Amino acid sequence: MVDLAVKIDKLNLKNPVMTASGTCGFGEEFSDFIDLNRLGGFIVKGTTLNPRQGNPYPRMAETASGMLNAVGLQNGGVEHFIHDIYPRICDYKTNILVNVSGSTVEDYVRVAEKLNDLEHIPGIELNISCPNVKEGGMAFGTSCTSAETVVNAVRKAYNKTLVVKLSPNVTDITEIARAVEAAGADSVSLINTLLGMAINAEKRRPVLSTVTGGLSGPCVKAIALRMVWQVSKAVKIPIIGLGGIMNASDAIEFLLAGATAIQVGTANFIDPQITIKIIDGIEDYMIRHNIKDIRELIGGLQM
Amino acid sequence: MRKTIKDLVLLRNIRLNPDNHLLIFKVPGFDSDIKPGQFANIEAKYSTSTFLRRPFSIHNIDPENETIHFLIKRVGEGTRHITDLKEGESVSVVFPLGHGFTLPERDEKVLLIGGGCGVAPLMMLARAIRPYSEDIHILLGARSAKDLVELDEYSQMGELHITTEDGTAGEKGFVTQHSIFKNVSEFNRIYTCGPEPMMKAVAGIAMKNNIWCEVSLENMMACGFGVCLCCVTETKEGNKSVCTHGPVFNVNDLKW
Repeated sequence: MVDLAVKIDKLNLKNPVMTASGTCGFGEEFSDFIDLNRLGGFIVKGTTLNPRQGNPYPRMAETASGMLNAVGLQNGGVEHFIHDIYPRICDYKTNILVNVSGSTVEDYVRVAEKLNDLEHIPGIELNISCPNVKEGGMAFGTSCTSAETVVNAVRKAYNKTLVVKLSPNVTDITEIARAVEAAGADSVSLINTLLGMAINAEKRRPVLSTVTGGLSGPCVKAIALRMVWQVSKAVKIPIIGLGGIMNASDAIEFLLAGATAIQVGTANFIDPQITIKIIDGIEDYMIRHNIKDIRELIGGLQM
Repeated sequence: MRKTIKDLVLLRNIRLNPDNHLLIFKVPGFDSDIKPGQFANIEAKYSTSTFLRRPFSIHNIDPENETIHFLIKRVGEGTRHITDLKEGESVSVVFPLGHGFTLPERDEKVLLIGGGCGVAPLMMLARAIRPYSEDIHILLGARSAKDLVELDEYSQMGELHITTEDGTAGEKGFVTQHSIFKNVSEFNRIYTCGPEPMMKAVAGIAMKNNIWCEVSLENMMACGFGVCLCCVTETKEGNKSVCTHGPVFNVNDLKW
């Protein structure tokens, strides 16, 4: 038997595999395909104070080994989540985190306050890195001062596990990681999507309604791995790594680079059973390499 | 039926014309609870430029032989990979997805309108309607006679009407210029699938004449089961995902 369990702050994960916000809905959409209880956790779609319709169609473009999206945080708002969604999903035996987004510091704080009271939501992931909304989102995650301000404010209002999701669209991600650690984050997750663009040459027009969008998929993995490795040298809090993870080998690479847990995002669109295959694949790898405890792999890169 | 992901073996790959292929896959343990208008998301392997699956309407099912059929037009790299599959090869398919068409009441007069590769779901729909109504009219539009496929099969499902833009088959012009529209108010229901400008024109005629009408949308999508939120269409109740709330919508629910 191998031990796959990891810990992110107070959260006990039965294995390091989670699903990334915006790629797994409210979890229940996967119930025809997988047993959600097998996951280390899942992150609910970005939730804001008020309902949002998101951006106009078209919202996606396929790219070489990946895709761009410009969904723009379409969601029913935090009250809708609490009253209509939470009662349906709260019995899953896994860690359910809510991804929290906002346009102002006050928005983030109010959403966090409301979620603080939900017994079966042991943590939130603060989204200061969404590239697809005009105000807020990524604006908070691209300067140390604003990142620190919003994390500080939410920390005062929220006493469970606070994960902060970092943007890769910065010059030095380690500075932002240090700033949010100092402001009270319990963990950082990285990376969110990279700002990108697609053009239809025949029509001489942008493909996305918003012109630019967030790039994800295996095409971003090398960048994500590099950033996880850099951040792991810069902070003491646990890291949740994500960005282009398509299989167990990818997941193990993130652990070796210093991530304590990982999130699977875009791969869910192509194979809704991929998370289970990754969990099984990590276990096979550990047996093959005679590793009893997955924690031996975390930051285990041999230089 | 529950949504599932399966590697399906391709039994037949029939090239109907240079652009259109009929692909027949074996579905072991076939569950016939698939509705006309539902779709499948098929893997497009072997290329870094076709990262996502490709969604296709289910063209037909054969529960007795446990097969599922797709009518696929070669339009880009993804459809080229899929239509190049060899018989005996297998490919990953997620299905059945979305909600299908609403079937008519007994003996209603129905009009099925397909344009281009939008004819695909109408075969299964016509077969499902036949037990309820003998009065089925199928109007197919294409650029030219050579683009029309499976005309014999469609003519067995109902009275067949054709338009081509170059006049090489049927009436010349666009689908909505066909003479059948002179007496369109005789129809109880219109079902349509095809290019969006065509469906919008059909929907306009239906709404003007107060005829019940369902359209099948084909917005670009990534997942096909309601999590990526990329394929939204504007409805009177806000943005809705085409993959889960559709792909079939009543025109009165859309902001058309």
